[in-house]
Amino acid sequence: MRLNFSQNVRSALRALLANKLRSALTMLGVVIGVGAVVALLSIGTGAQASITSRIEGIGANLITVYSGTRNSFTPSGAGGGTTAPLTYEEAQPLKGLAGVAAVSPQVQSRQIVKYQSKQTNVQIVGVTPDYAIAHPDQLDHGRFISASDVSNRSRVVVVGSQIVTDLFGGLDPVGKSIKINGIQFKVIGVMKSQGSGGFGFGRDTTTYIPITTAFARLSTTRVGSEKSVSTIEVSATNADSIDTAIAAITERLRTLHGIGLGEDDDFTVQSQSDILSAATSITGTLTVFLGAIAGISLVVGGIGVMNIMLVSVTERTREIGLRKAVGARRGDILYQFLTETLTLSVLGGVIGILAGAGVSSLVNASGLIDTVVSMESVMLAFGFSAAVGVFFGLYPANRAAGLRPIEALRYE
Amino acid sequence: MIEIENITKVYPMGQTEVRALDGVSLTIADGEWVAIAGPSGSGKSTLMAIIGCLDSPTGGVYRLDGLNVARMSDNELAAVRNKKIGFVFQQFNLLARTSALENVELPLLYSNVNHRRERAKAALEAVGLGDRITHRPNELSGGEQQRVAIARALVTEPSILLADEPTGNLDSKTGAEIMALIGELHRTRGITVIVVTHDPAIAANAQRMIQLKDGVVL
Repeated sequence: MRLNFSQNVRSALRALLANKLRSALTMLGVVIGVGAVVALLSIGTGAQASITSRIEGIGANLITVYSGTRNSFTPSGAGGGTTAPLTYEEAQPLKGLAGVAAVSPQVQSRQIVKYQSKQTNVQIVGVTPDYAIAHPDQLDHGRFISASDVSNRSRVVVVGSQIVTDLFGGLDPVGKSIKINGIQFKVIGVMKSQGSGGFGFGRDTTTYIPITTAFARLSTTRVGSEKSVSTIEVSATNADSIDTAIAAITERLRTLHGIGLGEDDDFTVQSQSDILSAATSITGTLTVFLGAIAGISLVVGGIGVMNIMLVSVTERTREIGLRKAVGARRGDILYQFLTETLTLSVLGGVIGILAGAGVSSLVNASGLIDTVVSMESVMLAFGFSAAVGVFFGLYPANRAAGLRPIEALRYE
Repeated sequence: MIEIENITKVYPMGQTEVRALDGVSLTIADGEWVAIAGPSGSGKSTLMAIIGCLDSPTGGVYRLDGLNVARMSDNELAAVRNKKIGFVFQQFNLLARTSALENVELPLLYSNVNHRRERAKAALEAVGLGDRITHRPNELSGGEQQRVAIARALVTEPSILLADEPTGNLDSKTGAEIMALIGELHRTRGITVIVVTHDPAIAANAQRMIQLKDGVVL
């Protein structure tokens, strides 16, 4: 090209400035498209990172067993329909299995907790002492549920850190009495703050009592004489023994449930990494989905660019004719109009990236999600907007370049 | 040297066709000043477009400086227009929002030359607009705009100046001044001047007049 790049950009800017409002509105389409891609991808990435870190925070080397064969990774609630529930009795023999360090059957229910005139609705989890092994280092002070608490069905409770604030006004509750479902319990310990819950865990209000007390005192499901549990959490001795433990648990439960060869399990055994990969794949899909929606707006913006460039080519037919008359070749005209479209879309892309990063930091500041504007998403959005410029600019530019000089000159 | 032999130009018009040029032959030597005259619809603008390599004939042979124009590619034609021919139009055809200097510089952007600014400035001075170089077309009178257009036509130092009704949008006094300027450029630069006009008074400035009517030379 005989015209150098900066001359071309300067003349493109002049042409775009000739219709300031029109150029600005056209660019706005690209700005919104690119901004949406950057903002939504950053929100998606941020959500993924926070979910991952929360799942990793649940506990180390943790295996979760629940009844039914749901694909959902939510490790709570009773099993689906006709499948046999897991029971407290079944949990006991799991303890001696290879690779198993601790077995923590749990029964969950929501209950009203009262202290003097204050009350709140919290998740009550009936546990055994093994819970503290599966989730180490979670007790703030006092003591956790002991083996004798379980065998004596003691009415003792370890409260979540949020309960201290909500019911006791920040004073130490150890030794005080609270009422759960109208029954008096003695507070023996306080859990550490886990940070805000996320995905309905509400871990800082969760309160623990002996599992036997939960069966005896709180209305939980009983099947015949057996006591059904919500989940059995099993802690593997170390990361390498997780697979061994899963195999042993599966085999033992199949025997206990009388499942014959070739029949499907009526329970699910998941390791934390299973849960993590399920969550990662869901949030990954979500991110792609958000990006795709944003991508659609970028394509719409690109069509806007193309539309305006076609109008511009028609309006400037005589200019094109003149340029050809004084010696512009086909390539010169193509280059000129392509530069205009690219200037529009790249400028719009840069503004859009700034706008998207702005939205992202607003979401960050709001505290909902820690958003992450990744270099990849910026490059993707920028590359996409440039590609939009070339793709949607090529047709109008080609049309301009293909005009016959004499017809273009005589165009009215 | 322009050599035209039996040129025809046919435009399809629905079922019928219009023969804008119906076998035109003529020769214009270097340094001549020729007027192509004729009433509207005589084919003179079509002939001018063909001479200027803006359009190609349906039949016949056009040789410019001995080269057959029909054999040239689009890019070669663009180069011919850029280097050998300068155009002046009735409507001036200046780029709006662009200074006189940049308008004159335009043809140089499409050729490999240095000192574009200086050459454009010199061309504007040659047409008497040395003090108007930063003005935009809407800040110039009609006569001044046509002078800018003439400067633009001359800036690549072409051998042929093609003017299509150059005074058509000007009052008669300004028109006479423009014709005087063209005459002076012809004299001082030895450039071939071809003026297309329907006005016999304008045509009378030329050394030779080619009369066209209904697509043939009278």
